[in-house]
Amino acid sequence: MREVFLVVGLLIAFTILLSLYRAAFGPGVFNRVAAVNVIGTKTIVLLVLIGYYFERPYFFDLSLLYALLNFIGTLIFAKYLERGEVWSG
Amino acid sequence: MVGIIVIIFLAAGIFFMSTGAIGLLRLPDFYTRLHATGKCDTLGEVLIITGLLIYHLFHYPETPLVPVKLLFLIVFIFLANPTATHAIMKAAYNTGVKPWKVGDKRM
Repeated sequence: MREVFLVVGLLIAFTILLSLYRAAFGPGVFNRVAAVNVIGTKTIVLLVLIGYYFERPYFFDLSLLYALLNFIGTLIFAKYLERGEVWSG
Repeated sequence: MVGIIVIIFLAAGIFFMSTGAIGLLRLPDFYTRLHATGKCDTLGEVLIITGLLIYHLFHYPETPLVPVKLLFLIVFIFLANPTATHAIMKAAYNTGVKPWKVGDKRM
């Protein structure tokens, strides 16, 4: 099964590479933020696959942490781009 | 047998995630791109993590608490990913990004 995990991880890395085009050349800041969010959510699955490939379950904690940070980061970016400030009373 | 089920789950997840990435590249404007990625990525990731959860339950039965972590991850992805997509799309709509109409130039 380790070969299957390797192939699936490489395919996910290829889809991340496809999304990176939109993050680099996408017109406007919203396309870039959306592409970064997509890359982050693909990275969660890639971390879980790496954990199974190397047989180390500590990577699942890392993927949980990455999911939380990606969600918070996208929400803060959306709020900042909409209002021009992060803390509004 | 379990391996075949796991491979089917992984292949379905890879299919949906590739569809999301192609939609992010090919579709004409911001809203349609997020329409493609917001749903396809969520479903693909949940399918892949479900396959890995089944693999763990049958291959490492001595550590039954690790799949609970993966279950938390599935629930969180199902809650957070559409919420983040909705938030960034609402911010774009409120700041005046116009939707694409037929005949417009690709943005």
